[in-house]
Amino acid sequence: MPTITIDPITRIEGHAKVTIQLGEQGEVQSARFHVTQVRGFEKLCQGRPFTEMPALMARICGICPTSHLLASSKACDDIMAVRIPETAEMLRRIMNLAQIIQSHALSFFYLSAPDFLLGMDADPAERNIMGMVRKHPQMARDGIKLRQFGQRVLETLGGKRVHPGWIVPGGVSHPLQAEQRDQILAQIPDAIRITRAALQWFKGQIESFRAEVRSFANFPSMFLAMANDTNEFSAYNGWLRFIDANLNIVADHITGTDYLNYIGESCNEDSYLKSTYFKPLGLTDGVYRVGPLARLNMCQSAGTVQADEELAEFRELERHSVLSSFYYHYARLIEILFSIERMETLLNDPDILGTNVRAHASPNKFEGVGYLEAPRGTLIHHYRIDQNGLIESANMIIATGHNNQAINHGVLQVARQFVKGKKIEHGALNRVEAVIRAFDPCLSCSTHADGTMPLDIQLLSPDGEVLDRLLR
Amino acid sequence: MTGKQVSDVQATEARAAKARIATVWLDGCSGCHMSLLDIDERLILLEDKIELVYSPLVDAKQFPKNVDVTLVEGSVSTEDDLHKIKLIRKNSKILVSLGDCAVTGNIPSMRTVFSLESVMERVYDENATINKQVPSKDVPKLLERVLTLHEVVDVDVFIPGCPPSADTIFFAISELLEGRIPDLTFTARFGA
Repeated sequence: MPTITIDPITRIEGHAKVTIQLGEQGEVQSARFHVTQVRGFEKLCQGRPFTEMPALMARICGICPTSHLLASSKACDDIMAVRIPETAEMLRRIMNLAQIIQSHALSFFYLSAPDFLLGMDADPAERNIMGMVRKHPQMARDGIKLRQFGQRVLETLGGKRVHPGWIVPGGVSHPLQAEQRDQILAQIPDAIRITRAALQWFKGQIESFRAEVRSFANFPSMFLAMANDTNEFSAYNGWLRFIDANLNIVADHITGTDYLNYIGESCNEDSYLKSTYFKPLGLTDGVYRVGPLARLNMCQSAGTVQADEELAEFRELERHSVLSSFYYHYARLIEILFSIERMETLLNDPDILGTNVRAHASPNKFEGVGYLEAPRGTLIHHYRIDQNGLIESANMIIATGHNNQAINHGVLQVARQFVKGKKIEHGALNRVEAVIRAFDPCLSCSTHADGTMPLDIQLLSPDGEVLDRLLR
Repeated sequence: MTGKQVSDVQATEARAAKARIATVWLDGCSGCHMSLLDIDERLILLEDKIELVYSPLVDAKQFPKNVDVTLVEGSVSTEDDLHKIKLIRKNSKILVSLGDCAVTGNIPSMRTVFSLESVMERVYDENATINKQVPSKDVPKLLERVLTLHEVVDVDVFIPGCPPSADTIFFAISELLEGRIPDLTFTARFGA
């Protein structure tokens, strides 16, 4: 059977490859997304003090180190059985929001905007951030500035941009200073301006991406995200909730180790990334999605003025939940807007300068779980320790694992829509990559890949004759 | 020549005048690449001077020939990494070992104290619910021992750090573009 291999998938955070199997008439029969490296954090942490986990686990990912730092610290809070001071929680939430802003800005402006601005079928040599700098300098500059804003907040609070410290088991290591707060507040109007302009622009583009909206992993599925009593957007506090495609609650109030009753992990022969599934329904029927799309489908309101206006418009896209994964991009921009607004509210709260920011305790439990909404979706860190506080076992479930089945679904859907007949169009293959980009997978989280194979796609007839060849 | 042909020739000449730069990410977390992006607006300044011929940020699928400077993040952990770093060395004039994982093995090498088998068992057996199996199809084999870049190939410049700061990376690139090997004695540091 002829096989098309796209290796490596580019402009994603991590490397992976895709194989597409064609039938005798050149019709797409199946398509698979393969993640090709694994680092084994769940093993290499064994025997180390649990207090080391936040700094170690942050190294899972250089794009969202703060998400791992937070989920890990929350698991450690649980082991210590402490409730962290209110100011510490507010400060951690600011870090989480800054993380969402910078990561979403990277995904939208640096990785995916070249497809929107220069075109899915554009010259591959131009279709990147440097091409944007040349052809759309204002958009490139805005994207750089918005990511810079998020990174600067992380640096101001956490000491550095990539792999910051500061967040520790029990809270944060030291209080926020008034001048640091003012420094961040001063940058907010510009960040809002850039985000609103990008939203306006993107909404105007959607009409020209109808085929992509239709085929980018557009299917009914369940969604998983954090929820709370207010039903407002929640990225730090709350429990886990599953909803179905009609927005009915399927499972709710999942806390601590309960997740093990609802989330199963299935190994794949052909990928280092496992696929998670909703346990009660099994692997095939238990497909769900996480991340910006899931969160916006889940919450009743964002809880901030401008983001709520945008959310109302977003909801009009479809009757029940928004199902096309192309809209992950749209949801990401709304989440940036929300994050900036929420950050401003938190910074303007006088309690933010409180000096009680850390609870001290020894381990009081042998087990701890931390949940968090990372930019790409629900993140779970789960540790067990021995009598001496050393890690006995660890389990981490990461956004891209939750989305693995949906990504595979999307790859097949897009391949069927765009890869046709006996001629290989590189624009069609870029769309296969673009559906993966829509999920903004973070493969450095838990895994990470490399391809030594050049992209050499050959389309063969059933008797082995080369019908077409594409090399880049 | 038509106007378009003239502008094509000019574009080709402009490209030829630029330094050909590649960035590669082997077994790391991409934090070094993020720190590279943290040069922020200075990226726009670089546009005049460099052509990014291969990188996770661009769509080239094959590592090109005649690259002036290649920055490599991460350690060598799979058979594919091993194959790739040799190809990169062959095709690059200057090879930069970027960040602690490339320079010392750092986090990826922490698995070396355990057997590869026990690492796989942890991930694909103990922490799996169904279809327990070690992936073996369409995925590269992991090396038993994680390697640094200079264990495998000659390295011209080392930039330690987890990650190296954006200023350090920008300084190193600027020096290399001027044809100098950067002196990072007081600029770069190991660890945080």
